[in-house]
Amino acid sequence: VTESNGVPCRGKVLTLDNMNPNVRRVEYAVRGAIVQRAGQIEKELKEGVKKPFTEVIKANIGDAHAMGQKPISFLRQVLALCSYPELLEDNKFPEDAKHRARRILEACGGHSIGAYSASQGIECVRQDVARYIEKRDGGIPSNPDNIYLSTGASDAIVTMLKLLVCGEGRDRTGVMISIPQYPLYSAALADLGAVQISYYLDEDKCWSLDVAELKRAVDAARQHCNPRVLCIINPGNPTGQVQSRQCIEDVIRFAKEEHLFLMADEVYQDNVYAEGCKFHSFKKVLFEMGPAYSSTVEMASFHSTSKCYMGECGFRGGYMEVINMDPEVKAQLTKLVSVRLCPPVPGQALLDLVVNPPQPDEPSYNTFMKERTAVLAALAEKARLTEQIFNEVPGVTCNPVQGAMYTFPRIALPQKAIDKAKEEGQVPDMFYCMRLLEEEGICLVPGSGFGQREGTFHFRMTILPPTEKLKIVLQKISDFHVRFTQEFS
Amino acid sequence: MNYGTTLLWKRRALSSLSATRRGLPKEKMSENGVLSRAKVLTIDTMNPTVKKVEYAVRGPIVLRAVELERELSEGMKKPFSEVIKANIGDAHAMGQQPITFFRQVLALCSYPELLNDSTFPEDAKSRARRILQSCGGNSMGSYTASQGIDSVRQDVARYIERRDGGVPCDPDDIYLTTGASDGIVTMLKLLVCGEGATRTGVMISIPQYPLYSAALAELGAVQINYYLNEEKCWSMDISELQRALDEARRHCNPRALCVINPGNPTGQVQSRQCIEDVIRFAANERLLLMADEVYQDNVYAEGCQFHSFKKVLFEMGPEYSDTVELVSFHSTSKCYMGECGFRGGYMEIINMDDEVKAQLTKLVSVRLCPPVPGQALMDLVVNPPQPGEPSHDNFIKERTATLSALAEKAKLTEQVLNTIQGISCNPVQGAMYSFPRITIPEKAIQEAMDKGQEPDMFYCMKMLEETGICLVPGSGFGQTDGTYHFRMTILPPTDKLTILLNKVKEFHQKFTQQYS
Repeated sequence: VTESNGVPCRGKVLTLDNMNPNVRRVEYAVRGAIVQRAGQIEKELKEGVKKPFTEVIKANIGDAHAMGQKPISFLRQVLALCSYPELLEDNKFPEDAKHRARRILEACGGHSIGAYSASQGIECVRQDVARYIEKRDGGIPSNPDNIYLSTGASDAIVTMLKLLVCGEGRDRTGVMISIPQYPLYSAALADLGAVQISYYLDEDKCWSLDVAELKRAVDAARQHCNPRVLCIINPGNPTGQVQSRQCIEDVIRFAKEEHLFLMADEVYQDNVYAEGCKFHSFKKVLFEMGPAYSSTVEMASFHSTSKCYMGECGFRGGYMEVINMDPEVKAQLTKLVSVRLCPPVPGQALLDLVVNPPQPDEPSYNTFMKERTAVLAALAEKARLTEQIFNEVPGVTCNPVQGAMYTFPRIALPQKAIDKAKEEGQVPDMFYCMRLLEEEGICLVPGSGFGQREGTFHFRMTILPPTEKLKIVLQKISDFHVRFTQEFS
Repeated sequence: MNYGTTLLWKRRALSSLSATRRGLPKEKMSENGVLSRAKVLTIDTMNPTVKKVEYAVRGPIVLRAVELERELSEGMKKPFSEVIKANIGDAHAMGQQPITFFRQVLALCSYPELLNDSTFPEDAKSRARRILQSCGGNSMGSYTASQGIDSVRQDVARYIERRDGGVPCDPDDIYLTTGASDGIVTMLKLLVCGEGATRTGVMISIPQYPLYSAALAELGAVQINYYLNEEKCWSMDISELQRALDEARRHCNPRALCVINPGNPTGQVQSRQCIEDVIRFAANERLLLMADEVYQDNVYAEGCQFHSFKKVLFEMGPEYSDTVELVSFHSTSKCYMGECGFRGGYMEIINMDDEVKAQLTKLVSVRLCPPVPGQALMDLVVNPPQPGEPSHDNFIKERTATLSALAEKAKLTEQVLNTIQGISCNPVQGAMYSFPRITIPEKAIQEAMDKGQEPDMFYCMKMLEETGICLVPGSGFGQTDGTYHFRMTILPPTDKLTILLNKVKEFHQKFTQQYS
């Protein structure tokens, strides 16, 4: 390698060609190219560059607070008390908040949230999580020892996948994941060099899961890898479907028959909006299916403080519950998480409050319920509004947003647009979304970032902006779609 | 061919695959005659590299310590009334107090209503407002940019510039992380490639902080050991680096050199000359340099000073500063803050290839962002109260008290341990640990081997059972063959530390006697 002045210089030690090849294969559309462009445009706006819009609306990521959702007062009061215990003397804080803070602090080394906790997470928090699960699941026992607190649900999901991956060539571990999916899964599988086995959700049936499709996918996969895991996101991301109880039973039965480890991503468990829809935890259904299933099917379910009514993404709180895990493997899991010492303690404290919120006889209860209800009701309203408005646009079809925080409408793209995209070396829905960003300052994520059936196009938009703003955003997208279709007709 | 025949052929083809090929395990007959299947995920079917991972700092001895704590709390009688966890560098757990200013700002950030509270000083409020303004929706609950909050990275860059006498720092080279461990693992992940004789090799000291060996085992990289010189206060020796490297080239592709300065577990603070030599070595041998500097404020010994690798690099002139690829790591867990639970940290990337940097940025985006409370805390660490600000005096007082207590305890530890026959302790120049060498009698070594235990694990387990003191055996960090050590933190409060050290002395004498 030569410098421009003719002096030879050596190449770098670490280059694209000699870095970890798996990392090169990783993609994460939720913060990918379109979001980088959005960040650039924001910078330009700040510097005074004239645009057809005055702000960039980041409807790409499930970040409720960034879109104006307020934190739950009680949760933040306790966190403040834990951070600066002198406030325990302050009579501005309600007794129930102080009580929770004292309990958390007593469980911390030196009574400080600055101490490392046990690697599996603070014990009394894990006990509270277990009790929460028991209450949620109608009394089905949960052992705190099966609870692992984590740095967001993402951390635990990656840890489980890491444990599961082994083998070479045709014996390489295969992991089933939905198309469309939340691209943490595809990214983690690429990073780990595992085989991704895609099963398609049925768009015509409101993104429901079809066991026949699961079977097709696993049988095809057995030709070239060793399928060992089945991942399911319920309520779904990006699709928002809330699976029926029957479906969950069928999936469990399938997992048992095909000898698959089940990973149930349930981070949106409180985000259920549609009439007739209800969240059924995989664990509850598993146990209701009787011991033939409940004592054999190996499962991990995941939850987080980032979604639901809390929206506390920045705290990176989460947990997983492991069911029927081999004790020797569990010891390996415990060992593995110890290397990273512990999940962030503020996140652990937050999770404790989520699973142990103010009770009816406590001072903070009324405000807590009011705030929680307001957040969830607003989300339900926005889910409905989004579906309604998008379905009025010719060329856009939007399944009901049954749950979660996103809409994933299908968009019809004119052939000319598809051709133009190809010319520019872009995937058609990326081309569409980039245009929308440049013209309206609205940042969405193209469906190609999540996976979709060949020849179909989608985008994912969050339903998080405040209702009035959301209406404007929906209108702008609708107008853009009409314009775009016109331009390329 | 009709559909039925195709189906039959398909079924036969599938069934001709063995059950194992189809991923279905053989059925086992259990004791009561009922057929049962093996689990999907067993010790034999799990990720083999994970099995190779060990992390002594929270390993078997700590598991036993926790058991003992449980037994004590259930009222069981022991030769001691409490278990002392001197195994882990956790200052708060050992009674060190947090810095008031930091916790005030964190409380304000958590619950901004407190900004109206007159009991908080203005400088704390001003920091909190600035942090909140750079958060989405002015809330710590939002995800941040994956590389970390922009204004925090700017503050980190300014801190580095001040620390390094003006050597420029680009905020774009700063990545905030979930503790330093996160940044270290991410960098190692980026580096690892190749197969067999071309598999990436990474140089790390013996003794080392076992995050490194654990990460290398998990990534399936080759660990290349270079021995620190115990006779010379654990200093680094270029000829030893050369020896290790040359030997390693025969069976792997060495690409990175990791240095922990101040050292863990050994506490040595490398001289400026040494750091220059290491940089020169890395440049000549084309190694990416990873400088773990999390203990940079923990320097105690007379004549010792922390020299940042970056500063030395730039003082060596453009031949080095334009070319050597360096990553340095810092954390909120150590120094005078001791805020381990917040998982705050950063890394600074020097001279990284632009395309690789884009890959790094992409990789960290998958995990969204580091914990925001930790980012906020890091902001305060690099941007503490200045002279003239209301909290300055108190801040300096608390900081000075913590660091001088540590210096005192470092000295005390070295002193007491060196009075014990059969124990020799190098000066604890920095960090938070002593790593004394212990003589273990032959009979004890034999008994340990009979039990399948490392001799120093055997020793430490005995100490735990008899005194309640939990240390980590030197074998958990690596040591020259035939030598034994333990790592003990210097963190307990001075009077408790004194008691601890005397108990260690008593135990060692008893143990030596018992096995003479």
